[in-house]
Amino acid sequence: MARLNIVEAIDQALSQEMQLDSKVIILGEDVGRDGGVFRVTDGLVQRFGEERVIDTPLAESGIVGMAIGMAIAGYRPVAEIQFAGFAYPAYDQLVSHASRMRNRSRGEFTVPLVVRTPYGGGIRALEHHSESMEAVFAHVPGLKVVIPADPYEAKGLLAAAVRDPDPVIFMEPARIYRAIKMEVPEETYTLPLGKARVVREGKDVTAVAWGAHVRTLRDAAQRLEAEGEADVEIIDVRTLSPFDFETVVASVKKTGRAVIVHEAPRSCGFGAEISAQIMERAVLQLRSPVIRVAGFDTVPPLAKLEDYYQPDADSVVEAIKSTLKF
Amino acid sequence: MPIRPLVSYSIERVEVLSPEGVVDDSLMPGLAPEQISRLYEYMVLTRQFDDRMFKLQRQGRLGTFARVAGQEGAHVGAAFALRPDDWLVPAFRETGALILRGLPLVQLLQYWGGDERGAAFPQELRTLPVAIPVGTHMLHAVGIAWAMKQAGEQAAVLTSFGEGATSEGDFSEAMNMAAVFKVPVVFFCQNNQYAISVPYTKQTASPTVAQKALAYGMFGVQVDGNDVFAVYRVAMEALERARTGHEPTLIEALTYRVMDHTTSDDAQRYRSEEEVEPWRQRDPIERLGRYMRTKGLLDDVGAADVLARADQKVADAVAAFEAIVPPGPEEIFNHVFAEMTPQLVEQQAELMARLARRR
Repeated sequence: MARLNIVEAIDQALSQEMQLDSKVIILGEDVGRDGGVFRVTDGLVQRFGEERVIDTPLAESGIVGMAIGMAIAGYRPVAEIQFAGFAYPAYDQLVSHASRMRNRSRGEFTVPLVVRTPYGGGIRALEHHSESMEAVFAHVPGLKVVIPADPYEAKGLLAAAVRDPDPVIFMEPARIYRAIKMEVPEETYTLPLGKARVVREGKDVTAVAWGAHVRTLRDAAQRLEAEGEADVEIIDVRTLSPFDFETVVASVKKTGRAVIVHEAPRSCGFGAEISAQIMERAVLQLRSPVIRVAGFDTVPPLAKLEDYYQPDADSVVEAIKSTLKF
Repeated sequence: MPIRPLVSYSIERVEVLSPEGVVDDSLMPGLAPEQISRLYEYMVLTRQFDDRMFKLQRQGRLGTFARVAGQEGAHVGAAFALRPDDWLVPAFRETGALILRGLPLVQLLQYWGGDERGAAFPQELRTLPVAIPVGTHMLHAVGIAWAMKQAGEQAAVLTSFGEGATSEGDFSEAMNMAAVFKVPVVFFCQNNQYAISVPYTKQTASPTVAQKALAYGMFGVQVDGNDVFAVYRVAMEALERARTGHEPTLIEALTYRVMDHTTSDDAQRYRSEEEVEPWRQRDPIERLGRYMRTKGLLDDVGAADVLARADQKVADAVAAFEAIVPPGPEEIFNHVFAEMTPQLVEQQAELMARLARRR
């Protein structure tokens, strides 16, 4: 097995899905000759040609809107939005049409579309390059929201997204694009959309995250274990929509405590939904309040202040200790 | 019933200063020798600053930014036609225009170094901060221009952007609104022929950007973007039309991005050195310098002096930049709303307490 990072794993998944299904095409800004600004589509235009890997004009609404039409017409477009912060012009197309075409036409017309986009902070970027807007998409009925936490997950989840019959927003945590290298099977495989993953079993507290912050939880859990403070169960949500409440609730029923970590603003972040599900389904098993470790209700700061904004292992350790002491 | 032509249009291209440094006197805008020297000094300062910023970025002292070297003729030329009571609504590749508007170099370093305080452009400069999302800000220029017209101001707004921005829906909406409401705005497109890796021919099938104006009922013109006199002339005329007649204009300054898109880009992946080289030969600063030498406005000693003074200004700015005390974490919360919400108050206190515990 080759050791791949997330960029390489997604590149491989795209290549294999295009090989398997001639209807899979890629479109976006700089996805062709440049191989994408993060090189996720590196080598694909050379392999599959400009008919299937399409460099588009600079128009996010155009990219997604056109991809909706392509999907309706039988293609399986994988559209790239260069940074999540540039997806807003495309939001209208996603909300008004991609998410509703099936419902509007009572299933006659469907939109098997994937929109890939790097998201999240930690890369010392310019304004609009660090947004974490998964909750904005997860709030839209009819859109699936998928976020991989490592290369193995990225490959399997992306393959599943491409084969899914409905529109999927596939959000790639930019800060760990190249930070994690692991063995990824050469053969194709899919991972289920709508099934959370228990990353680490533990008995004292349930810690929930997705994307880059699964790694933050691992760091925190290792430290708490080393200090003999807590045995942390880590859950990677994987897909915010559909959200697998069963796995999370089952874990909380076991541990009695929950800490949710995300870098998006705390208010109305996806942590609020998870917390509500826990309250509705496991309130009697809770031994302490559910805690969110999240970004602030502010614009993501630029480089100089960025580290203060991001949840880190220290803040997670503090939060977990506070639930244990409650 | 015959088929007959209904309307026909043509698009003009304006050139004043040849690559050899010779001007067409009939088209030469009225510029006093000291104004020409000032133009040259600003262009050199912009070049030296851009170069130093690049070095700072490579040393990790600045973040990602978009270089402007090679495009000074375009955006400096246009900004030189602005008056203090005009507005500038820029994108992100107009360093020279920002300098001309009076923005201190140190503040630009601060902004591109990842410190929000650098984007606090003083209100009196009538210059909006950099707009990163491509093609989104031209509508703001239209709104400001509308307000100026309401106020009866004899002033105009110049908004600048690249040719890639013309593919965005907001460009179309801005052009349409400007023409429908007849507001004093000048759309200034630096067509540098690349939107990251996508060349002009893949960006639009329109032979020129300028002709896009026609569909909106607006005047459009192309100008040699490496010819600072032509750019100045066309911008001056357009601004005057806007100030006095509330007629918007689209100017296409045809230039070339000889640099990478930003410091995060590697243009060698998608274009050849053979394509770039001829454009280096059309350098706008050298072209202006050649003209000035023939007119006795510049010699070797003078050129060295301009360079030295520019380098000194840049060095002073870098020194001031390095002396800036980093922003405090409490800054993150202070400017979200006029008044902090209870959530922000709580979160700010939370962060400060957490930092105090860790200290």
